[in-house]
Amino acid sequence: MAENNTIDALKNVFSESILHHEINAGDQCVVFVSPSQNTEILSWLREEPTQSYDLLVDVTAVDFGEGLPLQVVYQLWSLKHKNSLRIKCELEIENLTIKTVTSIWKSADWLEREVYDLFGVEFIGHPDLRRILMPKTYDEGHPLRKDFPLRGRFSRAEQTRRALSQDYHDYYTEEMLEIGGEPAVSSPKYDTDKGNAS
Amino acid sequence: MTHVSSIEPDIGSEHMLINIGPQHPATHGVLRLVCELDGETVIKVMPDIGYLHSSFEKLGEYRTWNQIVPLTDRMDYLAPLIYNCAYVMAVEKLMGLEVTERCKIVRVICMEMDRIFSHLLWLGTTAIDVGAFTPFLYAFQERERIYSLHESFTGARITTSATRVGGMMADLPDGWIESLKDFLDTVTKTLDEIDSLLTTNAIYLGRTIDVGVISGEDAINHGLTGPNLRASGVPYDLRKDHPYYDYETYDFEVPIGENGDCYDRYLVRMEEMRQSIKILHQAIDRLPEGPINVDDPRVSLPSKTDCMNDMESMIHHFKLITEGISVPAGDCYFAVEGSKGELGMYVVSDGGYKPVRWRIRPPSFVNLSVISKLAEGHLVSDLIMINASLDIVLGEIDR
Repeated sequence: MAENNTIDALKNVFSESILHHEINAGDQCVVFVSPSQNTEILSWLREEPTQSYDLLVDVTAVDFGEGLPLQVVYQLWSLKHKNSLRIKCELEIENLTIKTVTSIWKSADWLEREVYDLFGVEFIGHPDLRRILMPKTYDEGHPLRKDFPLRGRFSRAEQTRRALSQDYHDYYTEEMLEIGGEPAVSSPKYDTDKGNAS
Repeated sequence: MTHVSSIEPDIGSEHMLINIGPQHPATHGVLRLVCELDGETVIKVMPDIGYLHSSFEKLGEYRTWNQIVPLTDRMDYLAPLIYNCAYVMAVEKLMGLEVTERCKIVRVICMEMDRIFSHLLWLGTTAIDVGAFTPFLYAFQERERIYSLHESFTGARITTSATRVGGMMADLPDGWIESLKDFLDTVTKTLDEIDSLLTTNAIYLGRTIDVGVISGEDAINHGLTGPNLRASGVPYDLRKDHPYYDYETYDFEVPIGENGDCYDRYLVRMEEMRQSIKILHQAIDRLPEGPINVDDPRVSLPSKTDCMNDMESMIHHFKLITEGISVPAGDCYFAVEGSKGELGMYVVSDGGYKPVRWRIRPPSFVNLSVISKLAEGHLVSDLIMINASLDIVLGEIDR
């Protein structure tokens, strides 16, 4: 099988950085690699003509809770060989940092931002690492972590108060504010006690 | 005659920052595009998403495997059945469960029907964005027929929730296939009519040709999938390249474009609808009789008679209802060719009654990330066309 060729080839080139592998759900090949070698391995998988995994389908993460390591998952597809491959890197929950793969695939840009936003994994070298789905001023942490309660960390009243007390700066990045300058009309301020704009 | 630019004094201009959206019909949802403009030329587009964030993935971790199905159709309400099917297919793959032949073909019918459903909305709203109102009315007239088909099959027009692990919520009602055949006849004519209104329309050509061009290589690098990738000349279609549900036995073509501009994306989707009609005709012809739900004690309830007569069936029934189904430990990534691109469902189980992680590989999310690259240097009105041509749905981008 072609997938097993990939595992053998990976073991030959990267020996001890390939930790172990498993076959899941019948025919899906999952390779656990050392997080410190992620860019080297992924870039080799893309460039090597016998592999050519040229489409980065997905980047995501899995948190199992109970202090277990968090997995960063790369789902790859080779257009040439019509093969799929899943690469996993396990990160200790106290130190969630890993190198970015944005220099290899541009599609990693938003996908890594989402993982950063929802899991708090810091991608070293990412050109624009900021929240993507949650607001810029979101202070409750990273929602998809298992220690995050389903309803959020703040009370409903506190969430409402914070939402209403936002300033226009909170809706723009530094870069946007630099281009746009000060607004001609400032946004209305809400009096949270009375619940109306002044 | 002197050319205008030569007599115009060189006035210094400042770049302007404007917001398009989040509440603007041309953004096709609650998408906010913050644009840096030089006059009417787009210098930079900074998309801001998350206004519709509903944390479906987090909610899924608190629900049993079958309870997740209603969350899936709320993501892409333009093609709900594709999402219903994709999710249960991933769970079935992880369980090693093979559904019945009738169920497979019913699901193929559902998925192809909703591909047309989604493309018709795209076609109508995109035409409106460039000022053509008639195709919108024609397309929505046809969509109304699919709404009725949804309703008579599932009881709901949009939030279908039609699939269950191991089968469907119900079998097709009597006369449903005949209604589908009627729809296929009318939609073919409507497509020809819309074709004659748009494909050679000078305004439409002017607004779409060479607008938002992306090469095949760049499209792969940016992770585009579906019609957006195929319009750039890359023939990647999961129905051909990684077939599921016997798609390799259906006779259909995968249309590809050449230039990767908005016009090619339009042509590719138009042809895809025709190919889907072709697949639907074949699927109707081969739809077998037989059970729709799999007979597997892990997922299917014992019959009422058995429950009343023996204790084991009663206990089994009780456990399936109160605890839900359990899925063996492991993880599984299963992707189908959705209407927007590669729709992947990644499920992780620890052997329990709820998933540890349920992840949707969102095709629109990845497709939208390319908009900054496509729109740079174009006019604001072209930005609207480029955004429309990517065929996004914000429910699935924000999830």
